[in-house]
Amino acid sequence: MPDLLLELYSEEIPARMQREAQENLRKLVTDKLVDAGLTYEGAKAFSTPRRLALAVHGLLAKSKDVREEKKGPRVDAPERAIEGFVKSAGLKSINEAKVQQDKKGDFYIAVIEKKGRKAEDVIKEIVPEVVRGFPWPKSMRWGSGALNWVRPLHSIVCTFGPETEEPEVVRFAIDGVDSGDHTRGHPVMAPGRIKVKRLEDYLHSLDKAKVVADRDRRKAMILADAKDLALAQGLELVEDEGLLEEVAGLVEWPVVLLGEFDKSYLDIPPEVIRATIRANQKCFVLRDPKSTSPFETPAARAPQGEVKKKPHPEEARSAVSKDGTGALANKFILVSNLEAKDGGAAIKAGNARVIRARLSDAKFFWDQDRKTKLEARLPKFSGITFHEKLGTQAERIERIARLAKELVPIVKADPAKAERAARLAKLDLVTEMVGEFPELQGLMGKYYALAEGIEPEIAAALEEHYKPQGPNDRVPTSPVSVAVALADKIDTLVGFWAIDEKPTGSKDPYALRRAALGVIRLVVDNKIRLPLLGAFAKARKNFSEANDLLAFFADRLKVHLRDQGARHDLVDAVFSLEGQDDLLMIVRRVEALGKFLSTDNGRNLLAGYKRVANIVGIEEKKDKKSYTGEPDAKLLQQPEEKTLADAIQKVEGEVAAALKKEDFEGAMAAISKLRAPVDSFFDKVTVNADDKALRENRLKLLNRIRAATRTVADFSKIGG
Amino acid sequence: MNDSTPASLRPERSFQGLILALQTFWAEQGCVILQPYDMEMGAGTFHPATTLRALGPKPWKAAYVQPSRRPKDGRYGENPNRLQHYYQFQVILKPSPADIQELYLKSLERIGIDRKTHDIRFVEDDWESPTLGAWGLGWECWCDGMEVSQFTYFQQVAGFECSPVSGELTYGLERLAMYVQGVENVFDLNFNGRDGKEKVTYGDVYLQAEQEYSRYNFDAADTEMLFRHFKDAEQECLRLLKIGDNDAKHEMALPAYDQCIKASHVFNLLDARGVISVTERQSYILRVRDLAKACGAAWLKTSGGGT
Repeated sequence: MPDLLLELYSEEIPARMQREAQENLRKLVTDKLVDAGLTYEGAKAFSTPRRLALAVHGLLAKSKDVREEKKGPRVDAPERAIEGFVKSAGLKSINEAKVQQDKKGDFYIAVIEKKGRKAEDVIKEIVPEVVRGFPWPKSMRWGSGALNWVRPLHSIVCTFGPETEEPEVVRFAIDGVDSGDHTRGHPVMAPGRIKVKRLEDYLHSLDKAKVVADRDRRKAMILADAKDLALAQGLELVEDEGLLEEVAGLVEWPVVLLGEFDKSYLDIPPEVIRATIRANQKCFVLRDPKSTSPFETPAARAPQGEVKKKPHPEEARSAVSKDGTGALANKFILVSNLEAKDGGAAIKAGNARVIRARLSDAKFFWDQDRKTKLEARLPKFSGITFHEKLGTQAERIERIARLAKELVPIVKADPAKAERAARLAKLDLVTEMVGEFPELQGLMGKYYALAEGIEPEIAAALEEHYKPQGPNDRVPTSPVSVAVALADKIDTLVGFWAIDEKPTGSKDPYALRRAALGVIRLVVDNKIRLPLLGAFAKARKNFSEANDLLAFFADRLKVHLRDQGARHDLVDAVFSLEGQDDLLMIVRRVEALGKFLSTDNGRNLLAGYKRVANIVGIEEKKDKKSYTGEPDAKLLQQPEEKTLADAIQKVEGEVAAALKKEDFEGAMAAISKLRAPVDSFFDKVTVNADDKALRENRLKLLNRIRAATRTVADFSKIGG
Repeated sequence: MNDSTPASLRPERSFQGLILALQTFWAEQGCVILQPYDMEMGAGTFHPATTLRALGPKPWKAAYVQPSRRPKDGRYGENPNRLQHYYQFQVILKPSPADIQELYLKSLERIGIDRKTHDIRFVEDDWESPTLGAWGLGWECWCDGMEVSQFTYFQQVAGFECSPVSGELTYGLERLAMYVQGVENVFDLNFNGRDGKEKVTYGDVYLQAEQEYSRYNFDAADTEMLFRHFKDAEQECLRLLKIGDNDAKHEMALPAYDQCIKASHVFNLLDARGVISVTERQSYILRVRDLAKACGAAWLKTSGGGT
């Protein structure tokens, strides 16, 4: 079966867009092929800075003929219905439709026949469509053209043909760019035109022309060469997946080189060196496993938690990796795109020169910043607006400090330390270093605090109060850090809620979702009892959005628990109880409920509950009244009724006692004792008795079961 | 540069030689070689030969040096890389030719940066000028890890879609010269390419100016006066826009735009003096942008703008 090869050759595509673009190209083209009835065996996409490519293997040469019958309105239907049918079925007039008969009478049927189409015809139609509508995050026009592409598009390869024969060019033109079978090699080392046929020779020719089209192969090459170069020096590469992905998007032919900077710069904190070299120069740093860093602090050595899916800024800046120790070496790894005439000497020298200038700036900042005490920076904050409607940064710091102090009893921290840490926490924002590398906020605060002799516990909080930054970031455990972290996040949330700047859809410019998740993880991981409504009230006077913010927390908690494998309906079942604002208790209830429902008792009780709720619900609706209130003991006739009433009474007491001890599993175990009496009640007792009083009494009795279960969870929210 | 170029004017030997080499190269490509605009501005893009000529349908090719003033970047001559006054070499090609990247690489070769030895990279950089109501996509151009130019395809200028699209190249001349001369401190650059007593350095020409203007920009500039000048320039711009407009045509778009340039520079000075708060800052930027947009609209009603 034939293969399709497509390549879109352009000027440099931003590195961060390439991977998504290659996936989009694969998906958009293959989806359209399949929609057109052309199935295929496999597809693989490629991307480099200058090209996006797609190979579809084993594509049908022609789609099958399709015959479809479409049922229309009855022949005596109103004119408009018939017109609508003619249009939707693509007929010229209703005369083209057949008439058929069924039980209800005569109706129209349109027979739609679609001839199979040649793959070439489909391809020449869909490729221009995909190119014109391509979902680039940002695209542009150039010259006098009207086409939008990420950067100017120069040429298109589009060939199609069976494996054994010479494939043919599928001819089309997009805004003056004709499809063909020629591409180009590396812009400097092999700039000539290359004729290509299909994937195998395309990859092979490009390889000879100094282009590695396969992104993952480029990454593997860079990583292997970088590790080898490091090893030869007796050093280790500080691995950095985010940087590797970016660098692989900046080169078509990776040439890995080792550069050097002056040892004296190693006096700068390693995170700063790494941030400088990474952000500005896109180079890797190396570590000397034989030496220890003078900067290693307990926080930096703490375990970093599970493997992260996405590189996070927090991770990116950590210079001390999970699996290794050792100080940074005065060497760096750069990835160039050229086998240079001079073996790379000029490239290494040039990069080293820029890195020297950058590190010299960084060292200047580091020295300069330490000349001013953190606290002396506070007055500056009165002149910096945090948010137009939320006052200055100084006011914000004051609020956080006050709230941190109020939270102290809850998190069991030293009040003086918590308040001091909160007052210092943001002050590094106006240092030169953080001005240059915003991602070092907090960390620099810690370094500067330690440098001026502030207690380590407080210094650590300056860094840790920003944590956790995401679902996989480490959660601080030191009470001082926790107090400031909670105060900072709650102040932010309450503030933005008060001025009605809530996240909407994909828009969350103030990262409020992350802040809420941070609160959740701080509280749950540290087992802190924090009634949220109380905390909101402490954070802001006359805060009227408390319930809305609480609902936002409920949503975030649902997402969080779902990520951990819990059922979201169980979270709903707990949240819809009155006055649930203690995240830790909610989580415990959800856990207990999950366990309970996985037992036979739990499942049966849920079934019983559904039956009860169903019956009472129907009758209440029918009678337009609710059957609340005590059932009358005198009207309990049958033994099953009496047993059930007694059981309810007893269970209610047991549940209340268990809840008092926050023993949710105990409460649910108690409730499950209702299962047998409920079952026999339904076996023997007719709820809808002819006697009105009896019927009402029985409904009230059932209603009490509903009420009893509601003390642990709202079972009506739980799915089947 | 051909063999007849005197050694002192080789681009790797002298700052002025580098400028002359770029000028010659772009003149060969059919560009109009302009002289710097005679007003203070923050970047070569502000020159009407770029901002206004990028608007409208008429083709245009120009290259020029533009001294650029960034009052906030002054360091009293003490930082080896930062200046409050520096040179940009600006090229604008409208419509952007298909081989513009190749032309750029050739221009680098002309000043001694051979692409077979040096690693030239095009790294994503989206350009936006809030004061000009302009944006474009392109790259920063790296040479062995150092940013040496900016390369932009203008999409919008003064709030108007660019059609055709102009390609803009901006070379940071001091930085390039430092690289090709192998100098670590901008003030050590050889300006005239001579040796010994005859040698004139960048510091000989500009160090004193850097010191004096840093004092002026950060400490001495009369802010009352500057606030007044901002208002004056703004009002004059609006007045000229109004009286120059005779419906079908505009007859004073260029003088009006001068006032917009002036307002922008005065704002930069006020910003350096630290007398504009964060919230005010935004509103000043918007005021300049409104002027730029109105000037762009006026320009489109002139013969230069295609009317």
